[in-house]
Amino acid sequence: MINKLVFENLKHRPVRTLLSVCAVAIEVTMILTLVGVSRGVIEESQRRARGVGADIWVRPPGSSLMSFNSVSMPEKLLGFFETQPHVTLATGSANSGAGILESVAGVDFAKFEQLSGPLRFLKGGPITGPNEIIIDERYAQQKKLKPGGVINLWNRDWKVAGIYESGKLSRMMLPLETVQDLSGAAGKLSQIFLKVDDPANTASVVAALKANPQLAGYPIYSVEEWMSLFSVDGVPGLRPFIAVVIALGVIVGFLVVFLSMYTAVLERTREIGILKSLGASPGYILGILLRETAILALTGAVAGIAVTYGTRYIVNTYTGPAFTQIIVPDWWPTTTVIALVGALLGTLYPGLKAVRQDALEAISYE
Amino acid sequence: MSKPIIEIRDLHKVYRVGDLSVEALRGVDLFVERGEFLSIVGPSGSGKSTLFHILGGLTPPSSGSVTIDGVDLSHLTDRGRTQMRKEKVGFVFQRYNLLPTLSAHDNICIARHIAGKPLEHDPAFHDILKLLGIDHRLDHKPRAMSGGEQQRVAIARAIVNHPAILLADEPTGNLDTANSDAVLGVLRDLNQRLGQTILMITHNPEAAAYGHRMVRMRDGAIVG
Repeated sequence: MINKLVFENLKHRPVRTLLSVCAVAIEVTMILTLVGVSRGVIEESQRRARGVGADIWVRPPGSSLMSFNSVSMPEKLLGFFETQPHVTLATGSANSGAGILESVAGVDFAKFEQLSGPLRFLKGGPITGPNEIIIDERYAQQKKLKPGGVINLWNRDWKVAGIYESGKLSRMMLPLETVQDLSGAAGKLSQIFLKVDDPANTASVVAALKANPQLAGYPIYSVEEWMSLFSVDGVPGLRPFIAVVIALGVIVGFLVVFLSMYTAVLERTREIGILKSLGASPGYILGILLRETAILALTGAVAGIAVTYGTRYIVNTYTGPAFTQIIVPDWWPTTTVIALVGALLGTLYPGLKAVRQDALEAISYE
Repeated sequence: MSKPIIEIRDLHKVYRVGDLSVEALRGVDLFVERGEFLSIVGPSGSGKSTLFHILGGLTPPSSGSVTIDGVDLSHLTDRGRTQMRKEKVGFVFQRYNLLPTLSAHDNICIARHIAGKPLEHDPAFHDILKLLGIDHRLDHKPRAMSGGEQQRVAIARAIVNHPAILLADEPTGNLDTANSDAVLGVLRDLNQRLGQTILMITHNPEAAAYGHRMVRMRDGAIVG
């Protein structure tokens, strides 16, 4: 019976119901989109790093996860690494920033393809002349580029020579010397990739390299260690940022539901009086309001989850190659609970106000 | 002779309006027998609505005693008065006071639900719905019903839990003559057929004549 009353109340005021559902949906979408973008960017970075095919990564001293573009390691280290036991191949990249969270990797293509396998060109082919660049499929889609198209980087036009399958180190690649020249860092590298004869030897090689006094200060990671650094905690400030956006979402949802239920209680003062005259207890009346809110919150959560598919399309299509959004089903329960709790808290004050209303005043309310 | 279903002794009610005290009831004594149909008449401000609200447990008395079917209202808490409304009293208001979002049927059922009783009506209640002339209108919402029909639904809701007393506050105040006669006839039938105790407040002497007995109120006291 209460459920019937609750549904009829929601149907009776469709605009208020719709607005409340929208507010909760926005709250849920905000949270899921932010988490989805954070994870998407991280997972995409992981995928490309894994696609390099290296067993060991060596980074410049003092570098962080986000500082890809420091070109400071001597290239001659490659020769040193290749003489180490179990190391079968050493190559590196010099990176140069090319927009938000994006960079161009300069590689020695011959050695890079030895390490990671041949680049699979979907359109066009390898670089054959100066001022040519190769880009990955995702970058080409987002920038609507084809072989022969032009990209302007560092105030210079680059002709797209080929489009390769995504998932290899970087979205854009140039010859190593080109990036070194552009960065004024001839003979320097941003990171070094090592291949060992057997992946089972990776740990011992890493340990030996770390123990080598010539490499003191160089962060050296097995590929698994390197992958583990790609996380929400690996990006400075990302976790507090997510927390702030979640808090904002909760506040928005809370305030809208609060206002909605406050108005609903005022509108229904007389009806609450009628229920009281029939002997309805405070718990009975509060139960009606809380059930209404729960339905609004749950409907809003489902709508918010559905809208996330739309935001994923928008982010992945229009916001540039640096941003990737994924769907995060493991966050659906958390977000739903956040929306539900926020909405129920928003109902509590108007709800308590309703149950404390004097029955006589309520039933006489015009 | 059986004990009166309503016993009111030296009942006072004082309302505070800002710094002013308004004495709405000034020592009312009233006894109502079980199965009686009592009309209470009086001009505006005579205290009859206040008496109605105290009897219905909507507001507590300031002093004196009010006993309904053995329950002394003067010592009840809010919760106790809520329970009393659920078990002992049925209300019929001038403005019908049906829940606008529910059908007539559900308006009646919600009273059963609040009282914690099964929602299905017993066969006898179906007869009452026929008597009230609303058995074919139960699926309609209040906005689709005439005032007289709404008031008859309100009467059905008021008696669905078999209350000890039915309180009717100007039940024909918003109705035309034909509907007024129908509603008053129904109240009289309920009283005669079911022995339902009814207290009806009214301005209208013709309506008051439907009761077995009439008491007049003026300035917060019973004057005749």
